[in-house]
Amino acid sequence: MTERRNTDALFKALADPSRRRLLDLLHAHDGRSLNELCEHLDMTRQGVTQHLDILEAVNLVATQRRGREKLHFLNPVPLQEIYERWIAKFEKPRLKALAELKQRLERTDG
Amino acid sequence: MAKSTFVYVTYIRTTPEKLWAALTGVEFMKQYWFGCHCKSEWIVGSGWQNLSPDGQIMDDGEILESDPPRRLVIRWQNVFKPELEAEGASLCTLELEPMAGAVKLSITHSIEREPSKFIEAVSGGWPKVLSNLKSVLETGSAVLDEPYPAPRAR
Repeated sequence: MTERRNTDALFKALADPSRRRLLDLLHAHDGRSLNELCEHLDMTRQGVTQHLDILEAVNLVATQRRGREKLHFLNPVPLQEIYERWIAKFEKPRLKALAELKQRLERTDG
Repeated sequence: MAKSTFVYVTYIRTTPEKLWAALTGVEFMKQYWFGCHCKSEWIVGSGWQNLSPDGQIMDDGEILESDPPRRLVIRWQNVFKPELEAEGASLCTLELEPMAGAVKLSITHSIEREPSKFIEAVSGGWPKVLSNLKSVLETGSAVLDEPYPAPRAR
């Protein structure tokens, strides 16, 4: 998959309330089985499985086998990449402007 | 599961050999680990220490498994903060799996207690370190120079 298609798939995976709820559930308590996750969602088992598959495909969920069970873990690494690429970059000029404003105001006061 | 665990996964366009070298090479590590580096012989039974940029020992431990360039297991104990040290040793497993044109790096870090302040502390750091590691290997330079680059707006 190319970088662009990866990014498209990642944002698409996040653009769904049920999948974001799954990520929140894993954030609250990591390493859950399908059964445990189904208890918290008003959705068929098949529906939850499909959402988990989509999240795993874009690497937002990592899985590990423990005996018969498959445990799901929130993998925040792609979110960190989104943060660096799409948030930190745009946040910086504003923070710089705020810092300059603060400096100017404090200088005038003093 | 009674213990605290997290699993972090990243795909890096490189070879298992280059990734292993990046995970165990001092100068390489400093580039993506915010100046920190780990000191070890990287063979079973050898000591392992994580040092801050100014040379203080942050974490101490031992190599429990070493199968280059596939698998590394470290007994990892924080010795820098008393409340983290009190939680005892954790286990950190690094697994490298070659995929088409890339390597899947999985890091599983766990401790036999819940909740764990130690796991909370390291889980905040790993995504930044991994994101930097990926960038250093794929582009030759790190994305972040400091773990907390910009002051937060309040």
